[in-house]
Amino acid sequence: MSDSTKSISPPPRVLVTKIGLDGHDRGSRIVAAYLRDAGMEVIYTAPWQKIEAVVKLAVEEDVDVIGVSSLATDHLLLPDLMAALGEAGFGHVKVVAGGIIPDGDEAELLRAGVSRVFHPGSPREDIVATVGDLATQARAACANG
Amino acid sequence: MTDRSAAAPASGKLLERLLDGEPAALAKAITLVENAGAQAAQVLAGIQSRLGHALVIGVTGPPGAGKSTLVSALVGELRRRGKSLGILAVDPSSPLSGGAILGDRIRMAEHACDPEVFVRSLATRGHVGGLSSAAARVVDLMDAAGKDVVIVETVGAGQSDVEVAQLVDVTVVVCAPGLGDEIQAIKAGILEIADVLVVNKADLPNAERTMAQLEGMLSLRDPGAAGVPVIATTATEGRGVAELSDAVEARAEALGGSVRAARTLAQIRLQIADSAAELLRRRLNDSDDEGLHALCRSVQRGELDLENAARRYLSDYLVNKA
Ligand SMILES: Nc1nc2c(ncn2[C@@H]2O[C@H](COP(=O)(O)OP(=O)(O)O)[C@@H](O)[C@H]2O)c(=O)[nH]1
Ligand SMILES: [Mg+2]
Repeated sequence: MSDSTKSISPPPRVLVTKIGLDGHDRGSRIVAAYLRDAGMEVIYTAPWQKIEAVVKLAVEEDVDVIGVSSLATDHLLLPDLMAALGEAGFGHVKVVAGGIIPDGDEAELLRAGVSRVFHPGSPREDIVATVGDLATQARAACANG
Repeated sequence: MTDRSAAAPASGKLLERLLDGEPAALAKAITLVENAGAQAAQVLAGIQSRLGHALVIGVTGPPGAGKSTLVSALVGELRRRGKSLGILAVDPSSPLSGGAILGDRIRMAEHACDPEVFVRSLATRGHVGGLSSAAARVVDLMDAAGKDVVIVETVGAGQSDVEVAQLVDVTVVVCAPGLGDEIQAIKAGILEIADVLVVNKADLPNAERTMAQLEGMLSLRDPGAAGVPVIATTATEGRGVAELSDAVEARAEALGGSVRAARTLAQIRLQIADSAAELLRRRLNDSDDEGLHALCRSVQRGELDLENAARRYLSDYLVNKA
């Protein structure tokens, strides 16, 4: 496909947010900028979102991927988010987590359906490529119903 | 994983669910229309008879004037008045990457869980018919989904706002003291499209001077500007917001029904032209025709200029195969 003259499909839509009580948003700001610079549309929210609000947001904005940043223990709420997305009929949306997340918790998150956990120092290319791939998968899953 | 069937309905069902006001259906329909997807035309045709219920308010002004904060406060006031709302928040795409950070929702957290408030962020992207044609369709979808009021927030950047003004019933232009943008806003012509003028951040020291400046500018505008109210607000505290709601409703009343319904034939012709351009662009971009690849390569090698490549595409590939 390298000599194709076609351009890429509509940009991936990614929600970058924080749930729970921790308000540090430096990491999520940086990731949002990475994704924008890679040509994605990033919906950015204030921290302290309730699960219910994240689901409403994902539905209304029709996002492909949700990135949740967690520096405290907020990632432990992610299994609830996964369940709530499924209930809303938006189980095709991929969820990634980033921040300070202990190994034991990581395994649990992956079991709950989280697609990927990024640790501090994750390379920009890895984040961008992973989110891009997941967006493509989410769209395919949605289209195939 | 979970049941996905609810998220990917056929367009007939999608239309039905959209007209029922189901948020997921409205969201999917917006995506279809934004991407000019194959089902978009069907959905748009299906809603035509259900348009004209919503009052459509445009909110524009320089970045940082407090538009999103004011929209959030206005939403609060209109919710107290029993209205359901659709909000379309438009932010610029990066011209370099094509990506965007859409951050207007940061200021609207108060309504994060209110099912009667539907918010959608739209990047300006490379919409061919211009941003206004994409935005017009999203507004129509929100209207058809039964929203009482639809608010469109755009960054005051001149021409595109003038276009957006044509798709709303009432245009609110928001300025604020201390941006150094008051005069620039006037240069770009956005003052001319204002039905209601707002000086936000009335809590800041220079607010009164900004009010006086704008009132002075308004008096230079055509006589029609005489009735344009200038309202001071402090969006962060909700001050002046009830007055703004009153002014918007009074203006809508004075217009007597939907302005959008009163499109001229010339406007409709332009909208058809926009839609045709969008269709053509999609068709060209999606085509796998070998002749088209060859055309691209000729232009790349400098054997053919763009204008003539376009003409050749139209005559050779489109007309013959339509
Ligand atoms: N002092 C003051 N600040 C305000 C007011 N309204 C908004 N702001 C602040 O202005 C900044 C920009 O607001 P935002 O709503 O994002 O502006 P927008 O870019 O026009 O949408 C934020 O920091 C707001 O908190 C106000 O009435 N008074
Ligand atoms: Mg804004």
